[in-house]
Amino acid sequence: MPILRTLLASLALILVGGAALAAATGRFRAFTTETARRIEVREHPLELPAVALETAAGTRINLSDLRGKWLLVDFIYTRCPTYCVALGGEFAQLQDRLAGPLAQGKVQLLSISFDPDRDTPQRLATYLKLFRDRGEGWLAARPIDPQGLARLEQAFGITVIADTFGGYTHNVAIHVVDPRGRLVEILDVGNPDLVAQAVLQRTSP
Amino acid sequence: MTAHMLVQIPLLVVVGWLLVPVLPARVAATTAYWNHRGITGLVLATLAGAFWMLPRALDAAITDPLVDAAKYLSIPVLIGLPFGLSWPRAGFIVRGVFLLEFIATFFRLGWLYLIWPDRLCNNYLLGDQQRLGHYMVLIGAALFFWVAGTLLWGRMDSFTQARPPSPRTDAGT
Repeated sequence: MPILRTLLASLALILVGGAALAAATGRFRAFTTETARRIEVREHPLELPAVALETAAGTRINLSDLRGKWLLVDFIYTRCPTYCVALGGEFAQLQDRLAGPLAQGKVQLLSISFDPDRDTPQRLATYLKLFRDRGEGWLAARPIDPQGLARLEQAFGITVIADTFGGYTHNVAIHVVDPRGRLVEILDVGNPDLVAQAVLQRTSP
Repeated sequence: MTAHMLVQIPLLVVVGWLLVPVLPARVAATTAYWNHRGITGLVLATLAGAFWMLPRALDAAITDPLVDAAKYLSIPVLIGLPFGLSWPRAGFIVRGVFLLEFIATFFRLGWLYLIWPDRLCNNYLLGDQQRLGHYMVLIGAALFFWVAGTLLWGRMDSFTQARPPSPRTDAGT
């Protein structure tokens, strides 16, 4: 019976293909890379590499030095006219909302530049000033060597592409790193209350 | 993004299609045994097509060379070849269902790309995504008018003419 054979073969294909599609989309939850990396780190916290950074003050630190605190990390470049302005504004608002834990040294905000050639410490300092940095708990820094930048982009899942105006387009999010130095959550930008709430929940005993 | 989805992937499908005549006769006969009216082959092509429509898959093809290699291999073998083997065997209804869904997919995805405020692929700009959406809606419309024109003014049996040469044995066993 050619019809039955075909039905059988088609059903088998649909089963196998459906399973493959389910596997490729994390059981039909993640159709984009952005959603996928959010689910991935929530389910499997990701150990971050130790990368040398230079801060806006010109001091050299290592990402691993910041262990022991909850970190909120975003990726920026200071010439950015769009997303990074939103991110900067949001970090400034978070400084107000998280003033307590920031003062206690439980939480640290960290903006990392993915354009280290142009973003000198002076420029990073100007970036902080632009958003009226409250002076506590917010570091802006650039990776010292290109390999460090590549390792950070790889670990955090940051894709940077050139746009048509001589700048960059990049995926935007706030990354939550736990005191053990593991990336545990990726949050959307645009709702600082939600981010503050998520952090307070994690830091309150 | 536009070039990736509307030029490269269709060309890879064509490559698979061109493989049909060089397929060993024994393989072609075996697939035909399981491929009544081309249904199995079109199911396979549709499933593989659905995978390569995932924004994730497209992103991964750009960032991961292994996924890219899988794309170059799987689109000809799992989409172009089964489509080329199946389309001539498909009758009026099978073709109608396939074309309807094919056209609807262009409209659905095109509309999604046009209105979606965020980038669906991390490797492409928003403007590129919107341009692709625009083209896809246009292609969907062109396909629709072509099919509608064929139904209205073409020969209705032009579909059945393309059946495999011996429909009698196909239906009898």
